[in-house]
Amino acid sequence: MAATLKDATAIVGIGQTAFAKRLPQSEKELACRAILAALADAGIDPSEVDAFSSYTMEETDEVEVAKAIGAGDVTFFSKIGYGGGGSCATVGHLAAAVATGQATVGVAWRSRKRGSGPRPWKNTAVQLPTPGQWTRPFGLLRPADEIGMLARRYMHEYGATRDHLFNVAMACRNRANENPAAMMYERPLTREMYMTSRMISDPLCLFDNCLETDGALACVIVSAERARDCRQRPVYVHSAAQGLPAQHHGMVNYWNDDPLSGPAWTAARHLWKQADFGPQDVDVAQIYDAFTPLIPLSLEGYGFCGRGEGAAFTEGGALEMGGRLPINTGGGGLSEAYVHGFNLINEGVKQLRGVSTAQVPDAATCLVTAGEGVPTSAILLRA
Amino acid sequence: MLLPVPDEDGTPFWEYAARGELRVQACAAPACGRLRFPPRPCCPHCRSFDSEWRLMSGRGRIWSYVRPHPPLLPAYAAQAPYNVILVELADAPHIRLAGNLVASPDAPLDSVDPARLRIGARVQVAFTDTGGTAVPRWLLERP
Repeated sequence: MAATLKDATAIVGIGQTAFAKRLPQSEKELACRAILAALADAGIDPSEVDAFSSYTMEETDEVEVAKAIGAGDVTFFSKIGYGGGGSCATVGHLAAAVATGQATVGVAWRSRKRGSGPRPWKNTAVQLPTPGQWTRPFGLLRPADEIGMLARRYMHEYGATRDHLFNVAMACRNRANENPAAMMYERPLTREMYMTSRMISDPLCLFDNCLETDGALACVIVSAERARDCRQRPVYVHSAAQGLPAQHHGMVNYWNDDPLSGPAWTAARHLWKQADFGPQDVDVAQIYDAFTPLIPLSLEGYGFCGRGEGAAFTEGGALEMGGRLPINTGGGGLSEAYVHGFNLINEGVKQLRGVSTAQVPDAATCLVTAGEGVPTSAILLRA
Repeated sequence: MLLPVPDEDGTPFWEYAARGELRVQACAAPACGRLRFPPRPCCPHCRSFDSEWRLMSGRGRIWSYVRPHPPLLPAYAAQAPYNVILVELADAPHIRLAGNLVASPDAPLDSVDPARLRIGARVQVAFTDTGGTAVPRWLLERP
């Protein structure tokens, strides 16, 4: 039995539907289409799938999906908590299941109709008990408000500015402009558009917030041995980690000694400890971007720069193609699609296959992260 | 407006608020006595299940703030853009309470000029009755 996950498994198939503000299909149909596309990409028959992993706020469950796609007997299934914080953990859980012999073919997926569906925080009453009783009555209602609070403090402590946040929004938009599947394909952003756009939760403006998207994605994980016989070049799961720091509080991490040191730091420590390489060796990164401030916070957490240096890191085109660390090369949640970060996983695979619409030359290593601010997860992929 | 829906651990906070008292849960173990927020069943430092509610001075500083703009729930949209502040308590800076900076206890959530919002500004608690529930509001010490 493998004592480590390191390169023991690989992502061998990826699939996705169209991304749009409104799609006619149901979430269940979108999920099935994405999963079947990923299996076809891998060249694996759906009847061979024996493991499923998803994360909360997913409305399609493995019972329905397995039945619809004609999976065989399923011996492993998991659903990871904290919404967008769980995206990368689906890959981690399946990698662990396959590496330890609990299953042989695993499928992770995300299907969302946020473009046309309800917004979870609109039904605020259900969120009022802990910790909602401490925030909602005062009008701290939405994730943008909750992250805006941390963003303002971050700007105050470290001299970060809206120009830094614009650098993040711009890098993502520039990549989406190159990606025909992105919702913001051929829709350029300018500094003037950013600076004059309406505020959502000051200091965060419209372009600091992710898109609202209908769409689904999936990927397929098998053992490294099996991967060699699959249709596509394997992308190995080199390291995987989850992070729930001591005394952490959901997206309102206001009540511990160091609120600006979020779950990324915890996940990163384990991720790098298990890896053969470090942050300086990462060719391209897909960093969860529900809100622009999550990027500088994550850059610090995952060790690309020191504490308080995340905003300055974005200067001089560092996040753009040819920069120090190209990020979110499909456009990310800000400009490709907001599907709770699953598009970042598939984009990481595309980079290491060499087929991204914004290909980093000879990319061999990729960091993919899940939502920072909530209990999170991350994976390191290698070609 | 949304009223707090206290859970079992949080109920005492709101009961004290109704009496105009800002109290924070503290460990009641003699060797510990650490404050904790949000309230929870046991002390994360010494794991004692004994707790008490300690009276705070009600003074603090603004640690951070946001100004939400619509789309928002209707009652909040009507006052937007308003402020939400996070106050670190003078008695225990790691205890931070979300609230609103207002010109007087019963004034609307947008009653303070946004130019007065500043990280580090000193504030003092006041209590407002909102539909039968008392909630803490915050006033600038030097209005």
